[in-house]
Amino acid sequence: MQENKEKLLYELLSSINQHKLPPDVAHIEIHGNEVLNAHLVKGLEVEAKSFEDGVDVKIKVREVIKNPVRFCFGMIPPNGIQKIIINTTVEKDASASFIASCTFPNAKNIQHLMDAFITIEENASLSYFERHVHGPDGGVTIVPNTKVLVKENGRFSTEFELIKGAAGVIEIKYEAEIGINATTNMKARIFGRMNDSIHIKEKAHLIGENSTGVLTSHIALKDNAVAIVENEIIADAAFSRGHVDCKEIVQGNAKARAIPIVEVNNPKAHVTHEAAIGSVDSKQLETLLSRGLTEDEATELIIQGLLK
Amino acid sequence: MKILQLNNVSLLKESKSILKGITIEIWNGYIHAIVGPNGAGKSTLANTIMGLSGYRDSSGDIIFDGKSIKDLSIDERARLGITLVFQEPARFEGLTVKDFILSGSKIKSKDIAIEALARVGLDPIKYINRAVDKTLSGGERKRIELASVYAMKPRLLLMDEPDSGVDIDSLKYIFDILQELKSQGSTVVLVTHSPEVLKKADHAFLICGGEIVCKGDAQKVFEYFVNKCSPCKHIGKPSKD
Repeated sequence: MQENKEKLLYELLSSINQHKLPPDVAHIEIHGNEVLNAHLVKGLEVEAKSFEDGVDVKIKVREVIKNPVRFCFGMIPPNGIQKIIINTTVEKDASASFIASCTFPNAKNIQHLMDAFITIEENASLSYFERHVHGPDGGVTIVPNTKVLVKENGRFSTEFELIKGAAGVIEIKYEAEIGINATTNMKARIFGRMNDSIHIKEKAHLIGENSTGVLTSHIALKDNAVAIVENEIIADAAFSRGHVDCKEIVQGNAKARAIPIVEVNNPKAHVTHEAAIGSVDSKQLETLLSRGLTEDEATELIIQGLLK
Repeated sequence: MKILQLNNVSLLKESKSILKGITIEIWNGYIHAIVGPNGAGKSTLANTIMGLSGYRDSSGDIIFDGKSIKDLSIDERARLGITLVFQEPARFEGLTVKDFILSGSKIKSKDIAIEALARVGLDPIKYINRAVDKTLSGGERKRIELASVYAMKPRLLLMDEPDSGVDIDSLKYIFDILQELKSQGSTVVLVTHSPEVLKKADHAFLICGGEIVCKGDAQKVFEYFVNKCSPCKHIGKPSKD
C-alpha cells in the first residue's frame, strides 16, 4: 500500500518535473481522491477529507507565507474522476502565493472538477497560479468553478496556463466580488489543439469604491479547436476601474468567439475592453520572415509570446 | 561590385502605377539612400525588394548576387541576407527582447543579444527580458529592431525612414550602428524623405512619381533634392527640368 503510494507520488511529481523541495516550502500532493503527501509551514493550515471521487480541502492562511505553496493535483491512470472542493481563507493582513500543477499525463477519459471558494480578508492577498500538464491526446475535461470574495484592501490574482499537451474540454468559471480599494487580476493562457473545446467565463463585480479588476484571456488555437471567451466586469462603485482584454490567434479550422461584457452603474466608474481575434498579425509575421524564419517558425514565436 | 540590381521594375497597385521602370544598381559595402517626397514610391520600392505581401506582382527583374530573387518568398530572400526594417516596427506582446534579437541570428546565444543591445546604446540588464511591446518608446523599439539586424548580420539592409518617431539620442545610435554594419561589410539602403538622413549616405537615388529622376553621389542628389525637388509643385509628376 505504502509502496504504491510512493510510486504514484514519484510518477506524479516526475510528470511535472518537480522533485525535492526545501523544508521551508509547503507542498501538498493529491492523486485522485487521496492526499499522498503534505508538508506545511507555520501560518498555513490545511485539512483534507477524502470522499468517493475526490477530496475536500480547507485551507487557512494565517500569516504572511514567504515561499510559494506548491500544490500538485493529478491522476496517473488514463480514466477516472478527480473532484476537488477547496475552501480557502486568507486571514486579515496575511498573504500567500499558491502554485498548483495539475497533471494528467496518460489521460484518455478523465474529469478534473474543482469547486473553489476563496475569501481574502482585509489587507490580505493571494496569488494563485495553475499550470496544467496534459498528454498529447487530450482526454481531459477540466471544470474549475471558483467564487472569490476580496475584502477591503485585499488583492487576488489568478492565472491559468495550459500550453503543453492537448487541452481536451475546459470550462472555466470564475466569479469575484471586489471590495473597497481591493484588486483582482484573472488571466488565462491556453493553447488549444486538435478537437479541444475551451470556454472561459470570468466575472468581476466591482462593489467597493476604488476597486479594480482586470480580466485577460490569451488563446491560441489550431486544428479544429474551438474557444469561447465571455468575460464580464460590472462596476457599481465610484472610482472603480476595470479592463477586459481578450486576444485569440486562430489557425487552420479553429474557431474563436469573444464576448466581452462591461457594465457601469456609477458615473464615477470606468471600464474598458479590447478584443482581437484573427490570424497572426501580418506585420509581426513579415518582420520575423525578413529575419529568415520560416512561416511556421515565425508563427510559433508569435504564439509563444502571446501565451507567455 | 554590385550586390543588387533592379531591371525595369514596375508595379501596379489597384490599377495605379506606383513604380515605373526602375533600373538601379546597389553597390556592395556602401550606404545608399532612396530619397523622395511623400508618395514617391520609396517604401514601395523597398517592400518590392523584400518581396512583402502585396508587392510581389512587379514586372521586370530583381537580381541579388547575380541571381533573380523575384520568385523567392520573404524568408528565402532573408536567408540570402536581405532584411527590412519597417518605418513603424511591429510590437510583439510577450516576446522578449532577447528572443526577438536572436530570431535572425545564426548563433542563439544570450551573449549575442547582450552585445547587440550594447551596440545600440540600450542597457542589456534593463532591456533583455522586457517584451517588444507597446511599453517601448518609438526610439527604443527602433534601436531594438537594429539590434536584431546587428545580430543577423545581413548582407543588405533596407531601412524605411530611419528617423521616423525617433528622439535625437536614439538617432545618433541608429546612425552609429549603420556605420558599423557598413564597416562589417553590410550594404545599407535608407529610404527617406529627409535631407538630413540623405547626408549620411554615400550614394543616392532620387525617386519621384515612381521614377528615378536623379542618382549619384549623395551630395549631388542632396543638392538636387533641396534645390529642385523640394520647391517643385509637380507633386508625383517629375518636372522635365
